[in-house]
Amino acid sequence: MAKTVVLQRKPLSLSERTYLPQIVTGLKTTFSNMFKGKVTLQYPEEKPNIPKNYRGIPTLVKDPNGREKCVSCQLCEFVCPPKAIRITPGAVPESEDDREHVEKAPQEFEINMLRCIYCGYCQEVCPEEAIYLQDEYSLSGYSRDEMINKKEKLYELGGTLPDQHYKWDKKKNAEDEGNDH
Amino acid sequence: MISNGKPSTINIILDGKEVEVPAGINLVEAAGIHGTEVPHYCYHPQLSVAGNCRMCLVEMGTPMRDRATGEAVLDENGIQKIGWVPKPVIGCGTNVSPGMHVKTKSSMVTESREGIMEFLLVNHPLDCPICDQAGECRLQEFATDYGRGYSRYVERKNVKPKRTKLGPRVTLDDERCILCSRCIRFCQEVVDDDVLGFVDRGSFSTLTCFPGKELSNNYSLNTVDLCPVGALTSTDFRFKMRVWFLKESPSICVESSAGSNILVSSREGKIHRITPRRNDSVNDSWMTDSGRVLYKKVSSDSRLLSASVSGNASSLTEAISAASEMFKDKKLGVVGSCKSSVEEQYLLNKLSKNLKAKKFLRGHFGKDDGILLSADRTPNLRGNLVTGFSNKYPSDQLSDLSISIQKKQVNALLVIGEDLSESGVDLEDLKSIPIVFLGTHQNATADFSDVVIPTLTSFEKSGSFINRSFRLQSFKQAIPGPVGLLPDLHVIASLINALCEDAEQSSDLASIWKQMSKSRTNPLHGLIFSKIPGDGLQLDGSKWNSLPFIEKKAMHFSPLKQLQKSKI
Repeated sequence: MAKTVVLQRKPLSLSERTYLPQIVTGLKTTFSNMFKGKVTLQYPEEKPNIPKNYRGIPTLVKDPNGREKCVSCQLCEFVCPPKAIRITPGAVPESEDDREHVEKAPQEFEINMLRCIYCGYCQEVCPEEAIYLQDEYSLSGYSRDEMINKKEKLYELGGTLPDQHYKWDKKKNAEDEGNDH
Repeated sequence: MISNGKPSTINIILDGKEVEVPAGINLVEAAGIHGTEVPHYCYHPQLSVAGNCRMCLVEMGTPMRDRATGEAVLDENGIQKIGWVPKPVIGCGTNVSPGMHVKTKSSMVTESREGIMEFLLVNHPLDCPICDQAGECRLQEFATDYGRGYSRYVERKNVKPKRTKLGPRVTLDDERCILCSRCIRFCQEVVDDDVLGFVDRGSFSTLTCFPGKELSNNYSLNTVDLCPVGALTSTDFRFKMRVWFLKESPSICVESSAGSNILVSSREGKIHRITPRRNDSVNDSWMTDSGRVLYKKVSSDSRLLSASVSGNASSLTEAISAASEMFKDKKLGVVGSCKSSVEEQYLLNKLSKNLKAKKFLRGHFGKDDGILLSADRTPNLRGNLVTGFSNKYPSDQLSDLSISIQKKQVNALLVIGEDLSESGVDLEDLKSIPIVFLGTHQNATADFSDVVIPTLTSFEKSGSFINRSFRLQSFKQAIPGPVGLLPDLHVIASLINALCEDAEQSSDLASIWKQMSKSRTNPLHGLIFSKIPGDGLQLDGSKWNSLPFIEKKAMHFSPLKQLQKSKI
């Protein structure tokens, strides 16, 4: 058995007994902060700057011509770990001249935000760069239904992002021009 | 092979290892038997060899012999020299020969495959996100397994017709086509309907229908399954579901007595498509287009979803007890079905025997197409013979039922799925007696039945069918049935238990098979349900040779087969 040693408490010095040095130290911190800038924000009136690579709510984006980019390949649905995404694929109607050659588009696209874990896999896997986790992070609703983002809501949240590739435009041009035969 | 005095197997040296293979097969098959994949596009085991994709290139050499004397040429160590073919050869067009050396992993083979893949991908569009073949695409698979991994092609890709309707059920995307000609050979060789061909030879080679023709035969969707890429797609399945979500369950087609082996692809209890399953003794790798749409009946509007007693919805147990109440002390007639499984027919026969009920059976017949759509449009007519429910060949009219009702030999009726209004029975007669209807879909008979008990389709239950050549084939449940419904077996077993004294009939498949396989004279003697092989089991049907079976000669079936067997 270990031996128990009883430690004797040292007697307090005079300055310690008056508590004055401690009060002064504390006040120094208080006064120094009084003249520094604010570090808190008046949320929700004020909102913080969101870094560029932040993973907020997943959204669907349109290309600079305002056309739907998603072709409902369902890779995001496949990769989604909590199975939050549910897509009903459909065909682009032949009447849509500028998009008919894309052939496929989602009929319905649902992301259940009660399930979403903001992992960003959907953005990473998307071959058409159509789904992005953007800077929106605050989300609330009165019912479970409200927490399921439908296609319109997703496009409304997503807006338009610059496109580097214009893949479907190139394809359309090729199809219109054809080849030398 | 044995008959001409040659050995049935020979030895070849595959990647340095001596292996035994059947004589006469080609190198793709020979390597496949020993677990070595030789990638190929145009070769299909059930079609002729075209040898135009060049993907199956391998290195091949044969033992050297002196041309003049025919003696073996030996090297300095006294071992026979191998004469390697200087260039790679196609595996599909090269048959094995004794002592043949084959390399499938050498650097020449690897480079050849990379080169071929690069050429195939030069004009292939980047359609994978919208292509229905993605996930089961040979081009995707072989590009990752044997391709270079990057593209050196910077010019613009060729433009070819997209979204061409080849026929009522097939849509073609020519840009995706790799010109393997499997579809062309299928139409020529299997269906004998030569409608497809290549035009604009060269870099613009295009698959089209011949002028004035279209791909409309009842086997057109097999070209979609054959297509190694996404060029031919099913118009019905187009853009419906990605294949990696689909669960594939083996089943049997219920369209006709051909009993094609099928795969039912479903996701979360919803069937999305039906594709053929290879069985070289029944349907090779094919099935009819008309059989592929049968899944739509599962969720059709006319599906019976709840039990009813005299028109009022009731629970299943209430309906079963109402039915057994109705049958007590009655002269029961049982109208069986050629669409029921073997097990259901056995239980129905047991019920009829115990209650001394009169048995009736109706056949459904159509035109025979000589391939996989037989004249007998029911999957299990022969099951009725084997289980003893019937001993004569059914007709599509039930005239003896009319007579029995009129003569008061039958004053209550149990109908399994059959629509009696089409079978020549007088409706007034039927309405005069109580009827219990067991079936999956609403029909005229269900409308005036006193008790309606909904049952399950073949996709929602397990069981077995006996096809036109007396081949016993089992099918497993692919999707769950509608809420609250029970399998037919359970309903019939409950009726047996309610109506027969001290009957303890189980609805479990294994125990039904135990009872069924007891009889020594029955072709099912000694069989166990779980032991039925995936490709079926040939039964001896010679007992019924005298019956006027309606089927004509067709794929893997000849009407005389049973006769010949009995003579031997």
